[in-house]
Amino acid sequence: MFRETEILKTGSQILPIKQNLEGAGDFVINVGPQHPATHGVLHLVITLNGETIKKVEPHLGYIHRSIEKMCERLNFRQFIYVTSRMDYLSAHINNHACAMCVEKGMQLEVPDRAQVIRVIMDELTRIASHELWWGAMAMDIGAFTPFFHAFREREKINEIMEETCGARLTMNYYVPGGLMADLHPNFQKKVKEFITLFKLKIDEYDELVTGNIIFINRMKGVGILSKEDAVSYGCSGPAARGSSVSNDIRKLYPYAVYDKVQFDEILETGCDSLARYMVRIREMKQSIHIIEQLIDNIPEGEFQAKTKAVLKLPKGEFYSRVETARGELGVYIVSEGATTPYRIKFRSPGFSNLSALDKMARGSKLGDLVAMMGTLDLVIPDIDR
Amino acid sequence: MWSLSNISSAIHNWLNQTFNPTWAMIIEMFIAGIAVIGLFALLGLVLVLMERRVAAWMQIRLGPNRVGPFGLLQSAADTVKLLVKEGMTPNGADKFLFNLAPFIAMMVAMLLMAPIAFAKDFQLWNLNIGVLYVTAVSSIMVVSILMAGWASNNKYSLMGAMRSGAQIVSYELSAGLSILTIVVFTGSLNIADIINAQSNGWWIFKGHIPVLISFVIFIVAVTAETNRAPFDLAEAESELTAGFHTEYSGMKFALFFLAEYINVFIVCAIGATLFLGGWMPFHIGHWKAFNQVMDYIPTSIWFFGKTFFLIFVIMWFRWTFPRLRIDQLLNLEWKYLLPISMFNLLLATAIAILGWHF
Amino acid sequence: MNNEELKIKITELLPSAIFDETGEWLNIHVTPTDWLSFAIQLRNDDLLFFDYLFCLTCIDWTKPAEEKPDLTMVYHFSSTKFRHHIVVKSNLNSSQPQIETVSNIWQTANFLEREVYEMFGVNFLNHPDLRLLILPDGWEGKNPMRKNFEDPINMIKL
Repeated sequence: MFRETEILKTGSQILPIKQNLEGAGDFVINVGPQHPATHGVLHLVITLNGETIKKVEPHLGYIHRSIEKMCERLNFRQFIYVTSRMDYLSAHINNHACAMCVEKGMQLEVPDRAQVIRVIMDELTRIASHELWWGAMAMDIGAFTPFFHAFREREKINEIMEETCGARLTMNYYVPGGLMADLHPNFQKKVKEFITLFKLKIDEYDELVTGNIIFINRMKGVGILSKEDAVSYGCSGPAARGSSVSNDIRKLYPYAVYDKVQFDEILETGCDSLARYMVRIREMKQSIHIIEQLIDNIPEGEFQAKTKAVLKLPKGEFYSRVETARGELGVYIVSEGATTPYRIKFRSPGFSNLSALDKMARGSKLGDLVAMMGTLDLVIPDIDR
Repeated sequence: MWSLSNISSAIHNWLNQTFNPTWAMIIEMFIAGIAVIGLFALLGLVLVLMERRVAAWMQIRLGPNRVGPFGLLQSAADTVKLLVKEGMTPNGADKFLFNLAPFIAMMVAMLLMAPIAFAKDFQLWNLNIGVLYVTAVSSIMVVSILMAGWASNNKYSLMGAMRSGAQIVSYELSAGLSILTIVVFTGSLNIADIINAQSNGWWIFKGHIPVLISFVIFIVAVTAETNRAPFDLAEAESELTAGFHTEYSGMKFALFFLAEYINVFIVCAIGATLFLGGWMPFHIGHWKAFNQVMDYIPTSIWFFGKTFFLIFVIMWFRWTFPRLRIDQLLNLEWKYLLPISMFNLLLATAIAILGWHF
Repeated sequence: MNNEELKIKITELLPSAIFDETGEWLNIHVTPTDWLSFAIQLRNDDLLFFDYLFCLTCIDWTKPAEEKPDLTMVYHFSSTKFRHHIVVKSNLNSSQPQIETVSNIWQTANFLEREVYEMFGVNFLNHPDLRLLILPDGWEGKNPMRKNFEDPINMIKL
C-alpha cells in the first residue's frame, strides 16, 4: 500500500527498492531499468544534490538467468553454449574460457590450427565489441553519427563470422578440444580485406570523435579511478589499464598462441574517462596487428582433438581466465568426477567494474555519469549472468 | 515579374475595391492567420523530413524512403499517427499547466512569424522595433518549458526544465548582443530598414571582423536557445530520457516538437535577415551582368535559400557534435561568449562611428 | 614467490593453516575465526601483498558426501606486484553460516559478498551494506544457489 501511494506521488517512476530514511529530502532519481543510457536493464538509484551526484546505487538482476545454476545441470559440452549469452558481445572469448577450463581438466591437447584460429576469432570479436562500444559511447554523450559508422565496419566482421560459424552474435564455435567446424574457404581473403578497410577507417574514427574539443572536455578529468582503487575494486580490462594497472591476461598469463605473437599491452596513465577511451581505441589497432601476424600462418592439420562423446572431468577444481573485450573473465569449475560441473562460477569483468562506478561518480555531474558508464563498457547480461 | 508582394498587393487592392476598408482589413487579417498556420504546418513537415534526410546522409543510410515518392509523405504520415494517439496526462500532474505549456510554446513560435520579411515588401507586420520584438518574444519560450517541466511532476522533466531555464536565459544575452552589432551598423531596429541597408552588400561582407565574430556567436547562441545539439541538455536523451517533454504524448508532444522546428526556422530567418541580407540577392561590386542575373531570381527564393542553408548548418552541428555538460555550457556562455560579444560590440560601435565598414 | 616460499611465509603468519597443492595454485584452508586477521596480513605484508581479489565465491557441498563440510568460501587472490596467486578456503556450517567481511580490505568484496549472501545465505559480519543485490525484494533467506533449493515452477526435477 505504501508503495502504491508513493508511486502516485512521484509521478510514474519506480521507487528505489529500499529507501534510505536518513537521506530523506535528497533528490533521488532512478536511471533505468529502462533508460537510453544503460544499454540494457541496469537500474541505478542516483542521489543528487542539484546536478551533482552524491551516491550511485546499482540494483541488478533484471536479466539474471542464473547461468551458474543452469550450468550445474548441463554436461561439459553443453554448458559452453550458455556462456555465449553472458557477455553477448564477446561470445567467442567466453566460449574460449570455458573450453580452456574443460581442456585443462581433461588435459586435452588442442591442435595448433585450432589454437591459431581461436586467437584470430578472439581478436576479431574484440574489434567488433570495441566498435560497438565506440558507437554506443559516443551516443551516450550525445553524438549520434559515430554509431552508424561503427556498425558499418562491425557488419563486415559479422559477415566473416556468419560464414564460418553460422551465427552473428552467439557463436558457439569452440568445443572442448578445438573447434566445431573448419574455416570457410573465403575466411582468409575476407579477413585481409577487412584489415585493409579497417586501417583506413580507424583514422576516420579519430577525426570524427577523438579530436573533437567538446568530446575531450567531456572526457578529460572525469570519472577518476586511481590505480589503488582500480586494484581494490577488482577492475580489469581497459577500465583498469586506463589507470595504468597492468593486467592484460593475454600478456601476463598467455593462453592459446598469445605468447607467440607480438603485441603491446596498452597502458594509459590518465585514470580518467579519456584514458579508458584511448586504451580501447589503441587496443583495436593492436588486435589488427595480431590478426595480421596470424592470418597467413594458419597451420594445416586437424581443427579438433579426438575426444570421447561424453566428457568427464576428474575430481578437482579448475580455473581458467581469458581477456575479454571488457576485462578478465574467469571460469571456476568444481568437479566431482561427473559429467556435469558440480559448481561453476563465472568471474565476470563487468560485475567488478560496475562496483567501482559509485567511487568514480561521486561529486561529478549527472551528464558525466553517462560518460563513465560508457567508458566502463557495461554489458548487463555479463553483470547479472 | 512574379513575386509574393505583387500577389499580396493584388489581393489587397481587390479586397479594398469589393468591400469597405474595415471589412477588407478584417478579411486580410483572417487570410494572414490562415497563411501563418498553413506555413507553420508546412514548415514543420518539411523541416522534420529535412532533418531526417540530413541525418541519414551523414550517417550513411537512406532515411525515410517508403511513404510517397522519396519518402516525402513520411512526416505527413507521422502527423496523422500523432493526431490519433492518446494524449495522456500523468496522474498527479498539474493538469491546467500541463495542457497549457505546449500551446504557449506554439503561440510564441507563431508570434515570432510577424516581423519576418519573407520576400521584398512581403511582411506581416513591419513594426519599427522588429529586432527588439523578436528577442523579447522568443524569451517567453522558456516559460513554456519551465511550465511543462514543473507540471509533469516527473523528476527528469523537472531537471530538464531547470537546465533549460539556466541555458536559455544565459544564451539570450549573447544572442541579443550579437544582434545589437547589426543594429549599431544599421542604426535601426526595423527589419525592413536593416534589409534595405544591405542592398549594396550583406553585412557579413560589409562589416568584416566584428560582424563575422557576432555571426559566429549568434549561430552558437541560437543553437543553444533552441535547445538543439550540442546544447540539447534540456532533453538530453541519454541522461534525462526526454527532458522536459518526457511525459507528453500524442499531439501535445507534437506541438513541442513542431515548436522546436519552427523556432529553428525563425532564428535562422533572423540570422539570414541580419547577416546575409534577408531577401537581398547576391551582388558582386560592378559586375552588371552577374547582378542582373541574380536579380531575376525571386526574392522569396533568396530568403528561403539563405534560411535553409543556416538550418542545414544547425542540423550539421547536431549530427556531428557530442553534447556539452551543464557546467561547461554555462562556462562557455559566461566566461567566453559574453565577454567576447561585449568587446565585439564596442569594436563594432567604434568601426560604425569611424565609418570603417564598407 | 613460488608455492614453497609462500607456504613457509604463510605458516609463519598462521601456524594453523592447512595446505592443499592439488590445484593449479596453492590452496590454504583457514577457520572463519582466523580469517579476518589473516586477510589483513595477506593484504598488508610486504612480501605477500595480495592486493587483487579476483574471484570470491561459495560452494555448497550439501549433496554429495557426508565427510564434506556444508559450505566453503573460496577466495582467489593475486598480487599485482609479485604476480603470485593463492586460493584461500574457509569452511562454514550451513545451520549458521557466518564469516567476517573483507569488503573494507578489498573493495570489490562488497558486491561479491552481497551476491554470495543472497545466493547462499552466508552472513558476512560487519558488512557495510548487506542487502539483496541481484534478487528482487522478498527473496531474503531463499538462497537459490544452494543445492537444496526448490522452485516448483521454474525448475524441472531430474
